[in-house]
Amino acid sequence: MLREYLPVLLLLGFAAVNAVVILGLGELVTRTHPTEIKQQPYESGMAPLGDARDRFSVKFYLVAMLFIVFDIETVFMIPWGVHYQQLSCAVPLVDGACPAGQLSFFGLGEMLVFALILLVGYIFVWKKGGLSWD
Amino acid sequence: MTDFAEPGALLGALLPEITLLLGTLILLLVGAWGGESSSPTRRSARFALGIVGVTAVAVVFAWLRGDGFTTDDRLTGDGFRWAIDLVLLLGTAGALAIFDTEQLRTRAYQAEIPVLMLLALSGMMIISASRDLMFTYIGLELMSIAVYVLAGANRSSARSAEASIKYFLLGAFASGFLLYGIALLYGAVGDTRLSALGAATPSAMYLVGVALLLVGFAFKVGAVPFHLWTPDVYDGAPSPITAFMAACVKASAFAMLLRVMAEGIGPAIVHWHPVVWWLAAITMVVGNVVALAQPNVKRMLAYSSIAHSGYLLVAVLAYSQEAAAAVVFYLLAYTLATIGAFAVLGIVSEGRETTVTIDDLSGLWHVRPGLAVALSVCLLAFFGFPIAGGAGFFAKWYVIQAALASHTPLTVLVVVLVLASVVSAGYYLTAISAMFNRPRPSQLPMPVQTPLLSGIVMVVAVVALLVLGVFPTPASRLAAAATLRAAPLATPVAGTMTVSAPTVAATEDAGSTP
Repeated sequence: MLREYLPVLLLLGFAAVNAVVILGLGELVTRTHPTEIKQQPYESGMAPLGDARDRFSVKFYLVAMLFIVFDIETVFMIPWGVHYQQLSCAVPLVDGACPAGQLSFFGLGEMLVFALILLVGYIFVWKKGGLSWD
Repeated sequence: MTDFAEPGALLGALLPEITLLLGTLILLLVGAWGGESSSPTRRSARFALGIVGVTAVAVVFAWLRGDGFTTDDRLTGDGFRWAIDLVLLLGTAGALAIFDTEQLRTRAYQAEIPVLMLLALSGMMIISASRDLMFTYIGLELMSIAVYVLAGANRSSARSAEASIKYFLLGAFASGFLLYGIALLYGAVGDTRLSALGAATPSAMYLVGVALLLVGFAFKVGAVPFHLWTPDVYDGAPSPITAFMAACVKASAFAMLLRVMAEGIGPAIVHWHPVVWWLAAITMVVGNVVALAQPNVKRMLAYSSIAHSGYLLVAVLAYSQEAAAAVVFYLLAYTLATIGAFAVLGIVSEGRETTVTIDDLSGLWHVRPGLAVALSVCLLAFFGFPIAGGAGFFAKWYVIQAALASHTPLTVLVVVLVLASVVSAGYYLTAISAMFNRPRPSQLPMPVQTPLLSGIVMVVAVVALLVLGVFPTPASRLAAAATLRAAPLATPVAGTMTVSAPTVAATEDAGSTP
C-alpha cells in the first residue's frame, strides 16, 4: 500500500535536490558587489521600510486585477484539461477511451469560446493602455 | 434531458443570450477605439440599442419556435422565460435611451457604460433561463457585478462612488447568504436542479438552505428588512442607472424568486409561506409610509419601488399560474412607468448637481405641460389609479385577484395592500399637485428641450400605459400564455399539505390549480 506513495516521495526528493542545486550553484558561480540598495528586500519598487500606511500608486491594483483574470483562466484550464477526453467524446468513455467515430468538438469549442472572450478582454485592456505602466 | 454536449442544442437554447453577448463583445472593442469625449459614449449607447433590438428579435423567434425542454433540464425554454426577457429588453432599451440624454447633458460617462448594461442584461437573461441554482447564481453574479460598477458610473460624483461601494459590500454579503443556501440545499438533496429540489422531502438542512436563500432573494428584491441599501443606491447612482436598476434588476430578481419558489422549494411551502407573508406585509407598509417623508424624488421612488416589491411578493405568495401571469403583467406595467418617470426626471434635473426634489417640480405644468402629463401618468400608474394611471391599475387588480383566488386566500394581505396603496396616494399625489397647482418659481431653471430618444421613451411609455389601461387583454393574454406553457406552478407539492399562514389554515394543493 505504501508503494502508492512512492511517487510523492520521489517528487519530494527531486524538489529538495533541485532547490539545493539551484541555490548552491548561485552561491558558487555569482560574484557579489553589494550596495545598500541591492541589499534591501525586494518590494516591487516601493520603499521596503517605513510606515505601512503610505500612499502608493493605484496602478499596483490594476496589475493585480489583470493578473487575477489571467490566473483564473489558467485555473479553469486545468480541470478542463483533466476532463478533456470525456468532453470531446459524444458518448461516455469506454475503458478511458472514446469509441471510434464518437469524437466531438464540444470540449475544444468550449475552451475556444472561453479563450476568445478573454482575448477580447485582453485586446480591450491593451488598447485602453492598462498594460503600460506610464 | 436535452444533451448539451450537442452543440446544436446548446446554441438553440441560448440563441438570444449568445446574440446579446456577441454584440456586447463587439461593442466593447468598438468602444475601445474611441477617445473619452462624449460622442463615442453616445455612439456606444445607440449601438447598444441596436443590439437590444436584435436580441428581442431572437427572443421572439425562440418563443415562436417553442422549446424542447423538460422540467428536468437545467435550462428552460418556456414562455415565462421569454416574457421576462422581453420585459427586461424593454427596460434596458428605455434605460439606454435615458442614458443617451444624460450623456448629452453631463458628458460624464465612458463608452463602456452601455457595455456594462448589456452584460448585466445577459446575466438577467441567464437568470430567467435557468432551472438550476448554479446557473441562477452565475447569472445573478454577472448581473450584480456589472450593476455594482454601473452604480458608480459617474466618476466625478462622490455620491455615485458611495452608492457603488455600499451596493457592492451589501450585495456581496447577500450573495454569500444565497450561495451558502445553495450549498446547504445541495448538501440536503445532492443536486442543484430545481426539479430535484422540488421532488425532495425537506430535511432540517434543506430548511436552513431555504431560509438563507430567502435572505439572499429578499435583499435582491429590496424587501424590508433587507431594503436599507435601496434609497442610498437609487439616490446616489446616475438617473439612467437608477431606472435600469429599478426596472430590470427588480424584474429579474422577481423572475428568479418566482421560479425558484414555484419549481424548487415548493416542498417547504409550509415553512416559508408565513415568512414571506410577513415580508410582504412589512415591505408594503414600511415602503409606503417612509416614502411619505421623502422630499427627494429619487429617494421617494426608491421607497416606492420597495413598496412595489411588497405588492409583487403578494402575487408570488399566491402561488398559482394566475399569480405568475399577474407578476409578468405587473412587471411590464412597472417597467413602463419606471422608464417613463426617470426619462422625465432626467430632463427636469437639467443643470442641477443634486437630485430633484418635489419643490423642483413646482409648476412644471405651466412651463412644460408635456413633461408634467407624462410624469403624472407614470406616478398614477405606480399608484394604481384607473384610466389615468393606465396599466398600473390592472397590474394591481390582477395581483389582488390572484391573491384572493389562491388556495390559501390572502385576504388580510390584500387588505394591507389596499390600505398601503391608499397611503401611497400621499406622496404620488403630492408630487402631481406640485406640478399642476403651484406656480412656477422664477428662480427655477427652465427644463431643456426634450432630446429625441428621451421623447420617444416618454411617448412610448405613456401611450403603452394608457392603452393597456383601457385594453389590458392583449398583454394579460400574453402573460397568461407565457405562464400556461410553463410547467411551473404545478410542481408536485407532495399531495395536500396544511398551510399555517397567518390568514387561514387551509389545504394547499398547488398541483390542482386550474
